[in-house]
Amino acid sequence: MSGNAPFLRISGIGKTYATPVLADIDLEFNPGETLALTGENGAGKSTLSKIIAGLIEPTQGEMWINGVSYRPGSRSAAEQQGVRMVMQELSLVPTLSVAENLFLGHLPQRAGFIQQHALNERAAEHMAAIGLGRIDPRKLVGELGIGHQQMVEIARSLIGNCQLLILDEPTAMLTRHEIDHLFTQISRLKANGVSIVYISHRLDEVEQIADRVTVLRDGHHVSTQSMQGLNQDDIVRLMVGHQVALSQIRPARAEVAPILRVAGLSRGKAVQDVSFSLQPGEIFGIAGLVGAGRTELLRLIYGADKKDSGEIFLRGSGEPTAIASPMAAIRHGIGLITEDRKSQSLLLDKSIKINTTLARMSSVTRRGWLKPAKEQQLTQELVETLGIRCHSLEQPTGELSGGNQQKVVFARWMLRDCDILLLDEPTRGVDIGARADIYTQMEHMAAEGKALLVVSSDLRELMEICDRIGVMSAGRWIKSFTREEWDRQTLLEAAFSGYLSPGQAAAANETQGQS
Amino acid sequence: MTSPTSTRRWFSGVAGTYIGLVATLLAMVLLFSSQSQYFLTTDTFVTLANDIPALAVMAVGMTFVLIIAGIDLSVGSVMALSSALCSMAILQWHWSIGPALLLGMVCGAGCGMLTGMVSVIWQLPSFIVSLGMLEIVRGAAYVVTDSRTQYIGSDVDWLSSNLIGGISPAFVIALLVIIVGQLVLTRSVFGRYMIGIGTNEEAMRLAGVDPRPIKITVFALTGLMASIAGLIQTSRLEAADPNTGIGIELQVIAAVVIGGTSLMGGRGSVISTFLGVLIIAVLEAGMAQIGASDPTKRIITGMVIIAAVLLDKYRDSRKQQRH
Repeated sequence: MSGNAPFLRISGIGKTYATPVLADIDLEFNPGETLALTGENGAGKSTLSKIIAGLIEPTQGEMWINGVSYRPGSRSAAEQQGVRMVMQELSLVPTLSVAENLFLGHLPQRAGFIQQHALNERAAEHMAAIGLGRIDPRKLVGELGIGHQQMVEIARSLIGNCQLLILDEPTAMLTRHEIDHLFTQISRLKANGVSIVYISHRLDEVEQIADRVTVLRDGHHVSTQSMQGLNQDDIVRLMVGHQVALSQIRPARAEVAPILRVAGLSRGKAVQDVSFSLQPGEIFGIAGLVGAGRTELLRLIYGADKKDSGEIFLRGSGEPTAIASPMAAIRHGIGLITEDRKSQSLLLDKSIKINTTLARMSSVTRRGWLKPAKEQQLTQELVETLGIRCHSLEQPTGELSGGNQQKVVFARWMLRDCDILLLDEPTRGVDIGARADIYTQMEHMAAEGKALLVVSSDLRELMEICDRIGVMSAGRWIKSFTREEWDRQTLLEAAFSGYLSPGQAAAANETQGQS
Repeated sequence: MTSPTSTRRWFSGVAGTYIGLVATLLAMVLLFSSQSQYFLTTDTFVTLANDIPALAVMAVGMTFVLIIAGIDLSVGSVMALSSALCSMAILQWHWSIGPALLLGMVCGAGCGMLTGMVSVIWQLPSFIVSLGMLEIVRGAAYVVTDSRTQYIGSDVDWLSSNLIGGISPAFVIALLVIIVGQLVLTRSVFGRYMIGIGTNEEAMRLAGVDPRPIKITVFALTGLMASIAGLIQTSRLEAADPNTGIGIELQVIAAVVIGGTSLMGGRGSVISTFLGVLIIAVLEAGMAQIGASDPTKRIITGMVIIAAVLLDKYRDSRKQQRH
């Protein structure tokens, strides 16, 4: 609208928590332009967009809107300046109507009563203005499909002053048809001079919608280029960057009968026809992007969710084993360290001792009655082995640091002594020191002949600790790689392959072959 | 383990809870004895010793069910039905006293188990299921007794007879239930699982503990306790009154909550519950002694309940701040 001058300019933006997560970002956001922000997990996309939307304060750098210094102290301050963000999680109230959701906080009222007629009229006007006239504003949001809910969320962001709109993975839950509709709306907004920031790891969408692409890697700005003359492969190459040297080579193992074999495991769209096998004494990594179906796969093997189809074979048996519940999984010697230890593993306000012995009470009881001395002793031993820092075994686990909490979870499963252990993001939120201790324990377990299946979003971690790495993408098992076969680029290409547009995906499959 | 921190922890953790309740209890005794010269007498003690067993036994069951983050509102009705069935067995079917009492207890455990199963299998809130059971079981008690009080006579009064100094077999049973209840809660696998389920049911499931049979068992135990309370009541009255225990669930829950058991589950103590029962009973007896009117009694009881929970919350938030 205002010629070539950028709407928002940022310079030297950085954010440091314990370590820097974002450093020295310079960018310009132009009116009527879509800028795609992309990069692998943890590259800093969300942090950057939250800084712009006023949700996080930067530790360095400056921002200007139309040349005037811009320092939003809160989301609402940013919104007053015309900067809006649609988050990945919807923030609508499902039991209220579309119209009520749109104008929540400033509903037209008289003497405390909502003026339904005026409200619905205003909502209908607004929806029509942005091309959503087909959605009835009187309908309850909960009755809409997820795609329409997403549209309502976007519509709400557009009420009032909106000059820069950040969309964070807006298509994660949409169907193809709904995505097309969203793109139409984005084009309409662009034509009206709105500056769009589009965050996604779906490169086919990026190629389709973006005018320029910014690639972030490890919190740094790698490049910003015009989408013209760039293809999906180029973007992957930019995201991958330099080769990482391996610090530690694990000894090769002799081929023996698999301890776990999974054949054709499926559940809805999350996990589709996954087959692989796991050797005793092996650390097997599963790489992939967030939402690739890795957590879901572990939960299926563990019996925490019901599978649609597929079979699991244990310890070289020709007969499939039915695992209908976590109880059954544990009986068959399978343990799971969950992704979210606070809500799914620990009893936070209970002691280290209680949390440690939970999965194997029989080791500290006789005929159903506790032997407190035995429990104290076993827990003490594990606390020492793992180096858990605490002031007593009675300390509630909720008071411990992330690393020490995770060590308590490890202690539980070491006591349980499963010979197949599924680990979901075992080092998430764990400090460097505790990480090293956890890797050491994993090595120990593998050396004892246990098999470890590790899901991690940290590729470097997987490349360091694993014997093999399987890659999942969009619910499918792409391929498994040995140490000789993998490098950062091949793994990332495989991780993105499920999200490429059909033509490119076919080409990628040809070169890689399906495992 | 003898550092000042751990001593303070122990003090505020284990002893702190009891000390607060015991202090409240003593303050009430002092208050009432200063107001009425008849309060500190054997008569009061005998009244208390008679009132307490039924309430205490039920409160142990309610403590368990609150710890697993459930609730059972049907205990009053279960009391009445157990009592009614027992009286029918004696009066109509001419059973001897032992099997009749056993029938009452089986009936209670069965009712509790039914509540538990419906709530666990269909994943319904136990509040609603037990509210329904409250009506169903009360109705059944009226059917069984033909809506009339059934007089049994002195066959059953031994349970409430005075052994020594006002202490009856019922009182001994209540004490046993409390001691065993506290041991189960703190020293058994079952108790550990109950606390775990009340704290984080999903974490228990993923740790390989099936919460369902444990929850159903807890409800069955609560029903069993309610039936024992019903039988104690029957022996005191020498009769089965189909109207017995109406509204008593609120008194029981109040006692348990005053004892500091969390309605959110995961936290509770049977000993504290017993202290809660004593507070409720002393309050009741004391106010009767000083001649408080019924409305005054109710208003004061209500205020005590709220004050107790407030105190508990205050203690909790202080603990959290320290961390």
